[in-house]
Amino acid sequence: MKIHEYQAKQILARFGVATPKGEVAYTPEEAREIATRLGGPVSVVKAQIHAGGRGKAGGVKLARGAEEVERLAGEILGKKLVTVQTGPEGRIVRRLLIEEGLEIAREFYLGLVIDRAAAEPVFMASSEGGVEIEVVAARHPEKILKEFINPAVGLQPFQARKLAFGLGLDPLLIKEAAQFFSSLYRAFRATDASLVEINPFVLTKDGRLLALDAKMNFDDNALFRHKDIRELRDLDEEDPLEVKASNYNLNYVRLDGEVGCMVNGAGLAMATMDIIQYAGGQPANFLDVGGGANEEQVRRGFEIILGDPHVRAVLINIFGGIMRCDIVANGVVAAAKSLGIKVPIVVRLEGTNVDLGQKILRESGLSFTVANGMKDAAEKAVAAAKQ
Amino acid sequence: MAILVDEKTRLLVQGITGREGMFHTQQAVAYGTKVVAGVTPGKGGSKIDGIPVFNTVREAKDATGANASVIFVPPPFAADAIMEAADAGLALVVAITEGIPTLDMVSVIQFLAGTQTRLIGPNCPGIISPGKCKIGIMPGSIHRPGNVGVISRSGTLTYEAVGQLTALGIGQSTCIGIGGDPIIGTDFVDALKLMNEDEETHGIVVIGEIGGTGEEQAAEYIKAQVKKPVVGFIAGRTAPPGRRMGHAGAIISGGKGTAADKIAAFQAAGIKVAESPALIGETMALSLGAKAAS
Repeated sequence: MKIHEYQAKQILARFGVATPKGEVAYTPEEAREIATRLGGPVSVVKAQIHAGGRGKAGGVKLARGAEEVERLAGEILGKKLVTVQTGPEGRIVRRLLIEEGLEIAREFYLGLVIDRAAAEPVFMASSEGGVEIEVVAARHPEKILKEFINPAVGLQPFQARKLAFGLGLDPLLIKEAAQFFSSLYRAFRATDASLVEINPFVLTKDGRLLALDAKMNFDDNALFRHKDIRELRDLDEEDPLEVKASNYNLNYVRLDGEVGCMVNGAGLAMATMDIIQYAGGQPANFLDVGGGANEEQVRRGFEIILGDPHVRAVLINIFGGIMRCDIVANGVVAAAKSLGIKVPIVVRLEGTNVDLGQKILRESGLSFTVANGMKDAAEKAVAAAKQ
Repeated sequence: MAILVDEKTRLLVQGITGREGMFHTQQAVAYGTKVVAGVTPGKGGSKIDGIPVFNTVREAKDATGANASVIFVPPPFAADAIMEAADAGLALVVAITEGIPTLDMVSVIQFLAGTQTRLIGPNCPGIISPGKCKIGIMPGSIHRPGNVGVISRSGTLTYEAVGQLTALGIGQSTCIGIGGDPIIGTDFVDALKLMNEDEETHGIVVIGEIGGTGEEQAAEYIKAQVKKPVVGFIAGRTAPPGRRMGHAGAIISGGKGTAADKIAAFQAAGIKVAESPALIGETMALSLGAKAAS
């Protein structure tokens, strides 16, 4: 799960991580009030969207005085921001972070993730801050410092010091920097984060160490034990069909193509997307109805796929293990009857109760195309989408 | 011989009284797996279809000689269940549960390091040596005994591959689902080592997907150590970056973990990569035929 920069900073502040003074604004008037409260010669108006690259896209502006803050806020709010990460369709900005302006002396990169191979959290730091870390990793991997963290003891002070010295910080700043890193790890651990990224972590000209930007992603599997984080979810930042799917506990990702697909199992669902492309089409979505999906789930999945106007055919690929083919067939028939079929539906069933499932489809009175095997199913679906 | 599970496996089911636990216990028994006990805290003393239920794994093991466990416990409690099984000294634990928090699994892996327990999963369909023992949720009927090993991160995509192999008359020695999560107990290399040493396994199918570096590590191991024919398939060529594709571990992060990279690594290691998921069985048939002819 993703959250906004201002929310990440609020969470981190609770763990003692130093962040600039700032508040969220939803209107230009609020922005002005915040700027007045902040005081200071310079404020920063920052678009809040769940994507990076905001600065380069004109979503981060410096302002002198509350009036300029209000004017800039009015220019950014409600407008579409297109960054390298949003895609060409961009994102409408509905929230702003109004922050005190700082004079930056140095920028660093800090990142905390779980290293899958090591099965441990790893704290990364680099003196190349403010840049895309993947670029640094590709060109200068030696510039990325790493400390693997033993989960039983956490980030040890000696590790935090190693990183701080490694960044070339002045000896007088080492203690504060090490405490900053320790607090960051505590926040990561306590919130079940999957990523904490401070890019840039800055040293100001007057000697303060702060998180100038903050990104926090959370482990979806752990949200059940973090009600406060669940409440930070911003539905405006998510695709409406994906929101609808998540309300039904369906795994759905919207893509660009014209062949919708409904599959049981994530690996098979990805393979189905792949074979659609192999057959000359493009998948419209990823949708895993899961192993225990009931008739209602299957019907909802169908509704969601058909909620995408780009979809010109639907491929249903079910290999029934726990998922029984007759349950699927009943769901498909019920959905088709209640929604009215407007696009061709190709169904490929295999596994538990396959004969019964195919019988239910054939006797439904509706015109499903029954396929034998994935190749046949993909070819039929791609052809149907072209008609 | 098969790997890890066979006629000598004595299985206990953690979470036996839940809906999934009960259903799959019945399926396992029907297949011929020796299910000797169940564990649900608080339900000790009862029976499910004649199988005794215990309050703790240790009691169940001591009473019945169970040597393996399958876990059908909900995500908030599953990590604890794995650790309980390891603490009781079970040699094999198969965690079916999907949705265990990643940091919980980090703790589990560290806990297991001091024990004799091999963990398979979590978020996996389980492990089956056809005709001998089935632990998990896979449909037994699509499998047949034979000599090809299958190692996969997926559930139903594994069944697809197995169905193709069976249809071509190619049976399976052991099929192991290592799971779709980012942190798992047995990775590709662990499973490959066992299959490489198994005299009954003459060829290996490796099914990967986007995310992580497991397939790349597998490729290195295969190139260095495996002389048996290996066929691979990588799901997710069409997956967009940065999105979790169902499985918690199926995510392309920071440009790493793409299907293209994994396919390239497989090809560089001499693994025959099936271009389409519909060609996995056929590709293995060709590889085995080529091997037999050589």
